[in-house]
Amino acid sequence: MPGLLGKKLGMTNLYSTNGKVIPVTIVEAGPCPVVEIRTKEKDGYEAVQLGFGSKKEKHLNKPEMGNFQKKNLSPVAVLKEFSDFDLSTLKIGDTLKADLFVEGEKVKIIGTSKGKGFQGVVKRHNFSGVGGQTHGQHNRQRSPGSIGASSYPSRVYKGTRMAGRMGNNQVTVKNSKVIKIDVEKNLVFVLGAVPGAVNSIVEIRK
Amino acid sequence: MSKINEIMLEQTKTDYPAFRPGDKVRVHVRVIEGDKERIQPFEGDVISIRGDGASKSFTVRKVASGVGVERIFPFNSPKVAKIELVREGKVRRAKLYYLRNLSGKAARIKDKNIR
Repeated sequence: MPGLLGKKLGMTNLYSTNGKVIPVTIVEAGPCPVVEIRTKEKDGYEAVQLGFGSKKEKHLNKPEMGNFQKKNLSPVAVLKEFSDFDLSTLKIGDTLKADLFVEGEKVKIIGTSKGKGFQGVVKRHNFSGVGGQTHGQHNRQRSPGSIGASSYPSRVYKGTRMAGRMGNNQVTVKNSKVIKIDVEKNLVFVLGAVPGAVNSIVEIRK
Repeated sequence: MSKINEIMLEQTKTDYPAFRPGDKVRVHVRVIEGDKERIQPFEGDVISIRGDGASKSFTVRKVASGVGVERIFPFNSPKVAKIELVREGKVRRAKLYYLRNLSGKAARIKDKNIR
């Protein structure tokens, strides 16, 4: 799917003309330079590699440096491939901007959720806990309870939901509506929330 | 956060009088009846101001025929045509939710200019 890389700037409110509050997340989408074009003949598939952000030259390793120097591009912080672009109109060095999107269109947003650390089952898997301190309970309100039967199967099934690391996963939000676009500043206003922390990198796909 | 602050400032209205919790204000609200628009004032005490930037809002409380009525207005809503500061009050809290439990003489707010 065609799309752009961007940075989540944060949330705010817009107001419709009849006074309704529209909660929006602002994503700075682009400018994204075309860094590489994958073709059927050369790579076996078709895609466009887009970059986003900037990186200091001293933070590049030699292969990266060579890549950017050869294409005469300023180094970018992130690279990502997108399929289904019209390859005939694109060449290496072109920049894609927020006007790729249209107001009112539904987009898919991919980000990395905020890391929550080691969390118990109540927060991580929405277990309801043991439900109160009566019936002999006194120190296990948020415990998972039984994780398996005794003589059969005599073991804990694989995939049983337990406590552990939560968050910091790739999360996709589908059908987010684009409310407004600021082409000049490369801003996309998306209805509702977007996964990840402020200033994190997100991908917006058509 | 600087970029988002800029964006928020763009849509923040600034033509309001400075008022604080405890002040009495008259909020002119745009009301649409059928296809006509008219302005309806809502006068009462500001009991809370919350938020910042584009999502800042305030709560106005009044007692209308013995019934307490509260309305929450976003500062930047296009429905809010004008805000007038009627009277400055003297209070010691930022949120005056305790007024909900008081009635009559006890629910009055002291005037700021009277010692």
